[in-house]
Amino acid sequence: MSLTLLDAPTASAPELSRRHHRVPGETGIWVFIFGDMLVFAITFASYLYYRGKNVALFNASQHLLNPDFGLVNTLLLLTSSLFVVLAVGTVRRGVHQPAPPLILGAFGCGLAFSVLKIIEYSSKVDAGLTPQTNNFFMLYYVLTGLHWFHLAIGLGALTYMFFSARRPALDTKQFGWFEGFGCYWHMVDLLWIVLFPLLYLVN
Amino acid sequence: MTVLAPLLRTRTTAVWLLLMAATLLSWSLGLSHGRPLTALSILVIAFVKIRFIGRYFMELRESPPALRTMFEIYCAAVLLTLSAMYLFV
Repeated sequence: MSLTLLDAPTASAPELSRRHHRVPGETGIWVFIFGDMLVFAITFASYLYYRGKNVALFNASQHLLNPDFGLVNTLLLLTSSLFVVLAVGTVRRGVHQPAPPLILGAFGCGLAFSVLKIIEYSSKVDAGLTPQTNNFFMLYYVLTGLHWFHLAIGLGALTYMFFSARRPALDTKQFGWFEGFGCYWHMVDLLWIVLFPLLYLVN
Repeated sequence: MTVLAPLLRTRTTAVWLLLMAATLLSWSLGLSHGRPLTALSILVIAFVKIRFIGRYFMELRESPPALRTMFEIYCAAVLLTLSAMYLFV
């Protein structure tokens, strides 16, 4: 695996040539990202395994979810990802000024996702639908809860990115972390992209 | 805005629009309950979407082949596994 270009000696904006292959962000973050993606792949398969044992129950339970929540949350995360891409792009070009508000926009989308999730959980609990209700709701809470935990870490990553972007310049190492945390946020988006149809739409 | 304008006019913004449209398509397909083909289409759309996120948002299309291939294998393997489990488990 070629790890070139992150050793550019530039002290200000790390202008990384697009003509060469390069690892986006810190290399180590990809171990973490692929590890998380693998764990989630196992949970997705577990969900379908238990669904296969009682399809009728899972279909009936799924109809008690409101897919509109999942839809809005997906649109929020996709938009937050675009904000992060734009922020990384501006910082890469050495212009930091637009990046903090863009990261703030991404953070706002993440917060809105969390608020919607709390509203959704509350409505389900009020309707008596808890993890104890059945296997579907147990998996629904575990999978969405695990995802939300990753989103909360992602909000921390965005906070780091916000303060990094406010610096007048980033060295190569700092930009590596900045970009790497951006990739982590995209992973949070990516996992939800699979979770949403699996829990709310596939029946 | 002078810095953002060229960034907004890139393929990444077009990909974002495509992802938003694909999300609405999946959601509308999900409202018509029932057919396995619909469910599989929703799964395929989801994995096409994550492939776009990897390639364009995470910038894996410019990454070393090993990292890019790992991601492509992940997308294909998980999609095939989940589709098979949906149909046969």
